[in-house]
Amino acid sequence: MCDTCGCNVTHGNAHLLQPGGKLSRTEGGHDAVSVLRGLLHENDHAAGHNRHHFDQHGVLAVNLMSAPGAGKTCLLESTIAALGNELSMAVIEGDLETENDARRIRARGVEAIQITTGSACHLDAHMVHDALHHLDLAGLDVVFIENVGNLVCPASFDLGQHRNVVLLSVPEGDDKPAKYPVMFRAADLMLLSKCDLLPVLDDFKPEAARRHLRNLANPAPLFELSARSGAGMEHWLEWLRREIAAARQATVVPDDVRTATSVRPTP
Amino acid sequence: MHELSICQALINQVEAIASEQAAQSVAVIRLGIGPLSGVETQLLQQAYPIASAGSVAEGAELVIDNLPLQVSCEHCGRTTEVLPNRLVCAACGDWHTRLVSGDELLLTSIELVRDEQAIIEDVRTH
Ligand SMILES: Nc1nc2c(ncn2[C@@H]2O[C@H](COP(=O)(O)OP(=O)(O)OP(=O)(O)O)[C@@H](O)[C@H]2O)c(=O)[nH]1
Ligand SMILES: [Mg+2]
Ligand SMILES: [Zn+2]
Ligand SMILES: [Zn+2]
Repeated sequence: MCDTCGCNVTHGNAHLLQPGGKLSRTEGGHDAVSVLRGLLHENDHAAGHNRHHFDQHGVLAVNLMSAPGAGKTCLLESTIAALGNELSMAVIEGDLETENDARRIRARGVEAIQITTGSACHLDAHMVHDALHHLDLAGLDVVFIENVGNLVCPASFDLGQHRNVVLLSVPEGDDKPAKYPVMFRAADLMLLSKCDLLPVLDDFKPEAARRHLRNLANPAPLFELSARSGAGMEHWLEWLRREIAAARQATVVPDDVRTATSVRPTP
Repeated sequence: MHELSICQALINQVEAIASEQAAQSVAVIRLGIGPLSGVETQLLQQAYPIASAGSVAEGAELVIDNLPLQVSCEHCGRTTEVLPNRLVCAACGDWHTRLVSGDELLLTSIELVRDEQAIIEDVRTH
């Protein structure tokens, strides 16, 4: 993301690079400055900084994204119930207005930092950085960042997470990956939530959801689960344990360059 | 609408460059945006006057180049043009592809107005 290394130059934009130096005079008498830098350069820098914080402590950071009400907080509540004795967790909650979700997490005995975004429909890396200052990462295994419920805006902002988990709940319909490709392309894991409703909403085909995900060239695993009934939770918990172990190992070998997936995968 | 936040980030970058170059104002801002950037160019155009008001970039023309969406196929090796929700190889249909271009969200260049008096003098002496 730096302007000197040329990492932003792709097949698609190479022709926009003007030959003959950084500054040139246009016909209209203006000075043209070629920049070729990401618009979210500042956010991406802050995200890198956050990731470094997590890495120093060997803490896995998981960014949970979905449409409003797909079951992110419920999933966290069930996860705490299942792993609360085994793992040390904390939650950063992004919400437009209320503290409700943070309260639900705290009621389960887990620390939760609430970020109220006001009018912002997404979290950004600076907000997460501020939240990190209220959180002691030492001794934690995993930090969950529950993003604002929204299938569009959060996908553009890297927060410094290691993994993106995107929930698709059964009532939303199985075609959502095709309608929100930017979001679902960024998923490192896709969870079909509220699967207890599959018998009622029988036009939802998990196989179709999987096909739409593969059409985005995304190899991410896809698990069916219900936080309410507990069915399928074991696959998610197993995935989580594996990712936590990997994050922990990455601190032991500091020179190990980790392949941290950003929200917008780099080319 | 995150386009407004993105526009504000854009104005910050433009202001930094304009002040670095001692520019009086900005004439043109040029962006390169891919279909998978997550940004609607139309919404960005709408957010721009709001975000730029009162800044050095106020009144500048915002030009957006739409960049192509291309994937390269791990199976057949070809590079093809595809649609945002269908990133499978357009040649052989395999879904094991890699994005070549299409998720960019770039400030490509800006045109600055600098010290017009000096430019006029320059013209006179030539
Ligand atoms: N049937 C069923 N309902 C569920 C399940 N998980 C969550 N819900 C319900 O879905 C509603 C929303 O759940 P939340 O966990 O608050 O969803 P969320 O994604 O955190 O919502 P926001 O943070 O507002 O975006 C609640 O009424 C839950 O009881 C599930 O597995 N099955
Ligand atoms: Mg919630
Ligand atoms: Zn770089
Ligand atoms: Zn192919």
